[in-house]
Amino acid sequence: MIAEKYAEEIEGILARFPHKKSAVLPLMHLAQREYGYMSREAMREVAGILDLDPTHVLSLAGFYSLFHEEPTGKYVLEICNDLACALRGADEFVEMVCRKLDVPLGGTTEDGLFTVKGAMCLGACDRAPMLQYNLKFAEHLDEEKFDALIAYLREEAVSGKEGPSVVEKIAAYAKSPEIGVNNGTYFVASPRY
Amino acid sequence: MAHILLRHRDIKDIYKLDVYQANGGYGGLKKALAMTPAEVVDVVKASGLRGRGGAGFPTGIKWGFIPKGADEVYILINTDESETGTFKDRELSENNPHQIIEGAIIAAYAVGAKKIYNYFRGEFMDAGYAMEEAVQECYANGLLGENILGTDFSCDFHCHYGAGAYICGEETALIKSLEGERGQPWSKPPFPAIEGLYSKPTVVNNTETLSNVPLILVNGAEWYTSMGTEKSPGVKIVCMSGHVEKPGNYEVPLGTTYRELIEMAGGMRGGKAFKALLPSGGSGPVITADSLDAPLTYEGLTEYGSVMGSASVIVMDETTDMVWAALKMIRFFSHESCGKCTPCREGTFWMRKMLQRIYDGQGTEADIQVLGSVARQMKGRTLCALGEFAVNPALSTIHHFMDEYKAKVSGNGQMVMVETAVTAVD
Amino acid sequence: MSDLVTLTIDGIEISVPKGTLIVDAAKQIGNDIPVFCYHPKLEPVGMCRMCLVEIGYPMRDRATGELMCDENGEPKLNFGRGLQTACTVPVGEGIAVRTTTENVTDARRSTLEFLLSSHPLDCPICDKGGECPLQNQTMAYGLGKSRVHYGDKLHLNKHVSLGELIYLDQERCIQCARCIRFQQELVDDPVIQFHDRGRHTEIVTFSDPGFNSYWSGNTTDICPVGALTTADFRFGARPWELTPVASLCTHCPVGCNTTMSTRREARAGGQRVIKRVMPRQNEAVNELWICDKGRFARHYADTGERLRTPLIRKNGELVEADWSEALDLVAGKLQQHGTAVAGLAGGRLSNEDHFQFQKLFRKGLGSANIDLASRRLAGGDVVAKVGLSSGSNLKALSAGDAIIVVATDLHEEAPVWWLRVKQAAERGAAIIILNARAPRLDKFASHVRHYQPGQAVDAVRQLVNLAKVDTETNGDALAAAAEMAAQANNLVAFYGSEGVTYEETDAIARLLANLLLLKNGDGHAGRPNNGLIPVWPHNNTQGAWDMGVHPAYGPGYAAIENPGLGATAVYEGAANGSVKALFIVGADPVGDGLMAGRGQLEFLVVQELFLTETAALADVVLPAQSWAEREGTFTNGERRVQRYYPAIAALGGSKADWQILAEISERVGLGKPAFAASLVFNEIAKAVPQYKGMDYRTLAKVEKQWPDVGGEDAYYGGNAYENRSGLGQQWAAQAESEAVAPLDAPETAAYANDGLALIRAAALYTPGTLINQSAILQDRLAQPTIAMNAADAAAAELVDGDLIDVTVAGTAQTVKKTVTALVHISNTPSGLMLLRGVPYVAGTAVAEISKLEKEEELA
Ligand SMILES: Cc1cc2nc3c(=O)[nH]c(=O)nc-3n(C[C@H](O)[C@H](O)[C@H](O)COP(=O)(O)O)c2cc1C
Ligand code: SF4
Ligand code: FES
Repeated sequence: MIAEKYAEEIEGILARFPHKKSAVLPLMHLAQREYGYMSREAMREVAGILDLDPTHVLSLAGFYSLFHEEPTGKYVLEICNDLACALRGADEFVEMVCRKLDVPLGGTTEDGLFTVKGAMCLGACDRAPMLQYNLKFAEHLDEEKFDALIAYLREEAVSGKEGPSVVEKIAAYAKSPEIGVNNGTYFVASPRY
Repeated sequence: MAHILLRHRDIKDIYKLDVYQANGGYGGLKKALAMTPAEVVDVVKASGLRGRGGAGFPTGIKWGFIPKGADEVYILINTDESETGTFKDRELSENNPHQIIEGAIIAAYAVGAKKIYNYFRGEFMDAGYAMEEAVQECYANGLLGENILGTDFSCDFHCHYGAGAYICGEETALIKSLEGERGQPWSKPPFPAIEGLYSKPTVVNNTETLSNVPLILVNGAEWYTSMGTEKSPGVKIVCMSGHVEKPGNYEVPLGTTYRELIEMAGGMRGGKAFKALLPSGGSGPVITADSLDAPLTYEGLTEYGSVMGSASVIVMDETTDMVWAALKMIRFFSHESCGKCTPCREGTFWMRKMLQRIYDGQGTEADIQVLGSVARQMKGRTLCALGEFAVNPALSTIHHFMDEYKAKVSGNGQMVMVETAVTAVD
Repeated sequence: MSDLVTLTIDGIEISVPKGTLIVDAAKQIGNDIPVFCYHPKLEPVGMCRMCLVEIGYPMRDRATGELMCDENGEPKLNFGRGLQTACTVPVGEGIAVRTTTENVTDARRSTLEFLLSSHPLDCPICDKGGECPLQNQTMAYGLGKSRVHYGDKLHLNKHVSLGELIYLDQERCIQCARCIRFQQELVDDPVIQFHDRGRHTEIVTFSDPGFNSYWSGNTTDICPVGALTTADFRFGARPWELTPVASLCTHCPVGCNTTMSTRREARAGGQRVIKRVMPRQNEAVNELWICDKGRFARHYADTGERLRTPLIRKNGELVEADWSEALDLVAGKLQQHGTAVAGLAGGRLSNEDHFQFQKLFRKGLGSANIDLASRRLAGGDVVAKVGLSSGSNLKALSAGDAIIVVATDLHEEAPVWWLRVKQAAERGAAIIILNARAPRLDKFASHVRHYQPGQAVDAVRQLVNLAKVDTETNGDALAAAAEMAAQANNLVAFYGSEGVTYEETDAIARLLANLLLLKNGDGHAGRPNNGLIPVWPHNNTQGAWDMGVHPAYGPGYAAIENPGLGATAVYEGAANGSVKALFIVGADPVGDGLMAGRGQLEFLVVQELFLTETAALADVVLPAQSWAEREGTFTNGERRVQRYYPAIAALGGSKADWQILAEISERVGLGKPAFAASLVFNEIAKAVPQYKGMDYRTLAKVEKQWPDVGGEDAYYGGNAYENRSGLGQQWAAQAESEAVAPLDAPETAAYANDGLALIRAAALYTPGTLINQSAILQDRLAQPTIAMNAADAAAAELVDGDLIDVTVAGTAQTVKKTVTALVHISNTPSGLMLLRGVPYVAGTAVAEISKLEKEEELA
């Protein structure tokens, strides 16, 4: 139950707004990080915390494309294949990824680690081909770097070195944006200039 | 020339408060706080700064619309940045966050707001966390919170994340999203300046717009108008992408030509010939080689039937299939249409179906006719501008590249239904 | 007048109040600008884009601010803003609207083309076909030919159940959001919403049960296409085959106007069958809405369970008999017992029935022992003095006005009143709630006092006393409420019977009357939009009072010199043998736990629709007609006398109640029976002074209502039925014509508070004689539950989901009744249990509870 587990975070989120309803997207993000996807149960939980009808949360889960209503792989790879990226090889890159992971677009690998999705512009057109894995940027990709990324994520999944709270993990991640194999030379989150 | 917005490229670690302050940071705020709010608005008016989110509305005038003495006013920073080909606000947020925060605090002071929300698209969690660190630094140093810089002005700043919806960049949709609703625009009026967030007067400004403000305060309006053109003063970040050698953000004075921009970006990739460019991501009509000497200004492309918009320039070389490009774009808009109004919801879906068939070689000449007619039927009839944008790629490519469309349908009058996966995404 | 704005629409000049939307202004001069998303009862959203028009604004000189004129001296107009939605733009002085230009015509045509691009062309099998705005507007403005490649259409699910009452055809939905907005804005049940976006936008529900709202049926009316349909009408008939029959809802005192759509069917032997019930517009009563009980419960009327012939007990068995035998027997037996006879009636009978009933007893049998079978709410006599004044409309209440709501949960007991009070609150009226617990209306209240169980009268008395004097409110809720009530421009007071005894309701009515009479001598009472509204337990309890179904009042509240026995005394008399013969019409006191079987009765006759628990004990059972088969009048809680009409043929040999009663009357010497309900009504109009001047023709009068729905226009078709059969007449309370002196309000017996108190909380779908027979609502019937807070439950060693036996020994309860209920932990005030889903329990009761062991539960 996120209400108990993240009581403090939730309190902090609620404090930001004069109206509780505004906290719905932050809480949905929190729930999705916790459960991996927006399950019906998770929707009910969020609705319960904010005194909303669960139908409202369901509606938002459908409206906003980052929420998954079905279970996904541990890592959701969103590959931009919008025009600007496609002009720089994104469509071919998508094909390569699907071939390598042996999944159709939208599918999840058999080991349950990766779900591959196509995405609209992710704001990294100058670094195409690119993707986001669980909302983290991996840019300037090619086959070799993609292999390294997958190897890195597999390792992370096995070692489970993710720390206790997903929120903390992401926060920690932001503090050291240059993680990645080979110390940020392969794929970088957001290089500072 | 040193950068004004992309200062992080000149000054290492300017994302840190001490570095930012060592380089004059928060000097604009200090100056503003010594003025009356109305004087601040006047300076921004005089600078001629216009909105960088696409619509180009004069920023000072927008601030001036906020009713005096309103009990609650909000500043919303629009970092939704979801337009295809746009990646400037992300670079600014990650690397030069204090300049945005400072601009927003000045705006808050000018209009009497006590709360600032920075709305990031959900995919920008990273950029957001960089910004959140900067915000924490501000709180720790008396730049946000109670009694800013010892004055009796107080203001809070919160980062908020969307969850994947381009439409939330539209200001009223953004407000709905922030209120916890489906991010769908409303029919204006009422305008946000009168009834915005929680029905209170609200200023919605683009991230880049606000980044301009601190230095305008520091250096004065005349300094700003000394750059750019008369009607489009100042500097603009241009997102160059597609078939150029060095895609990326380029900060230039307004008035720079598109040809110069391509040169700055290293010229055409692999020395190929230029074919067309989209000057405003997916939203503006394509322009061709004859428009390359047009200046990058709010009015510069009017005579070529296009717009500067957010200045996200997607360059395409001679190898580009323009029907394919139009299909990519309508696919974007049909995916991103919020579905609230009929012409956009139905029209983008229908256009996409037709374009896909034409692209697949399953279309007829009649389909091109209907495609154009459907696009024209949407124009001027949608609830918000997304629907207006959506028809531009198709209409403009039909206009400039009819031969490519004809080639796709020629010799094939048969309409056979096949599903193809070339652009499958959803 | 300064708040009128003058504009021209296609050259026709019109002046309308400021703020009027262009679409409504146009409607007033017969220009039906087509709409889909717009609905006059909802906030405009401008999303369907059907109503696009050109608007020209008068141009002003920038320098001088003067209006600019052309060479002919006509004001110059600027049409530069392109097309705008007539549904969102209010009128402006001097603007010119164009609705016939090529641009407008093209916009209409293209919006329709868009709407139809994936819309199935299944009009020939669509429930809405024939009354479908989309169909109508396509005929009027559409292209006539599709340009959509068939394979480009989106195909979707056509049979989506949104719960068992409402079905969605996703292909037909045009995403106008009327249904969603209705649920959200009007009734505050946001249990349906859009899912996904763009062309994939579709309606979903995630409530349990699906579409969990008492209002769901209304969405099928306002849906401008055949996307939402009710389970019971779906694929049932084509609208043009239907004959509309004006009717009234029989389930609560609001008196919603309805229409029964009927059709002759082979399976009914060529007889008329009711296919659906829809609202009939009456802006003073229910506007365009009805609750789901009013829409769906009607199935009781034609179930196989209905009684079709008289039954007479022979050798211990009830056997079929013919009418004359049964009526002779009844008349003979009733006469045989002299004055030891009594008559009890249900509140659902018509005025004609009630009148005839009391006439039979008083004039025919010489007995004053006549009453309503369930006496739970007193104060009819008080209402006659200070009831809501004639000419009132709850729609008129807004800021500066106050509404007091005592001891009732309007949402459960009179849903449309809940809606109208809620809307008054949204217009700024102050809502003052006095209750032992939080009813749903609390959410919209400005002043709330949750009194201790059993302290209702005290709370009202305090309120009234505080209102008499200028006190410091000191943050006290009741004092603030009193001040609000005293200062209010208009004051309306509702009172009900939740958790209070009959005597207490009498005191409450009187106290509220005094409050209405207060206001510094210049009282609220007697003025339009002021007065008392009783939340009667039945649709025509008011009529029963008016007709004199009361031991102490004759027709028109004439005092009876020697009052007869009231219901409670009758039940006692039946038990101890002092009452020998009892005639019960339209009530089931045994089933409701008011009467413990036949007792010592020598003769019991029951006139009913069904073989109820009481009927099963009777010597004679007389089969009555349901309201659907006959005509008559009901008087609602606002004292509006309204007519309803026969929709279907009589089932079997059943007869209208008044008719049966008249035939018995004839046998006891009261002369030839009237041959029409209207004649009985004429007699009423003579006997009841308040009804003077009314007859079936005056009650059938209509006048033009706004918004204009259901007419020939292309836009609200199928939304509601236009009212062509009568708006009814509200009778004047005494205070409207003469001064009324304050009433004395006697002290009531104190409630002994020891331990947990119990109140029976109302639930709309509480099982009962009629609703039990409506198959479609069976899954929604309120199951017996006991709600209590966590601490009280813990003290009683109960947890959520436990089954317990509750024995209620109410203050005014004659029968001890044990019900098995499910424990539900909620935020009920401490020391209080709420019992839902059971028949009436009087007052605040002391309850004995015992937990059932698992084995007993299984057994
Ligand atoms: C479909 C649509 C998407 C938009 N997306 C953005 C966006 O991502 N960022 C932005 O700043 N403005 C966007 N805008 C423009 C905003 O509505 C608004 O005009 C802008 O934020 C105002 O800020 P400015 O005056 O500083 O430019 C969008 C508009 C539309 C119609
Ligand atoms: S134009 Fe598109 S995005 Fe804008 S309101 Fe209409 S459907 Fe929504
Ligand atoms: S937009 Fe006006 S009726 Fe729908």
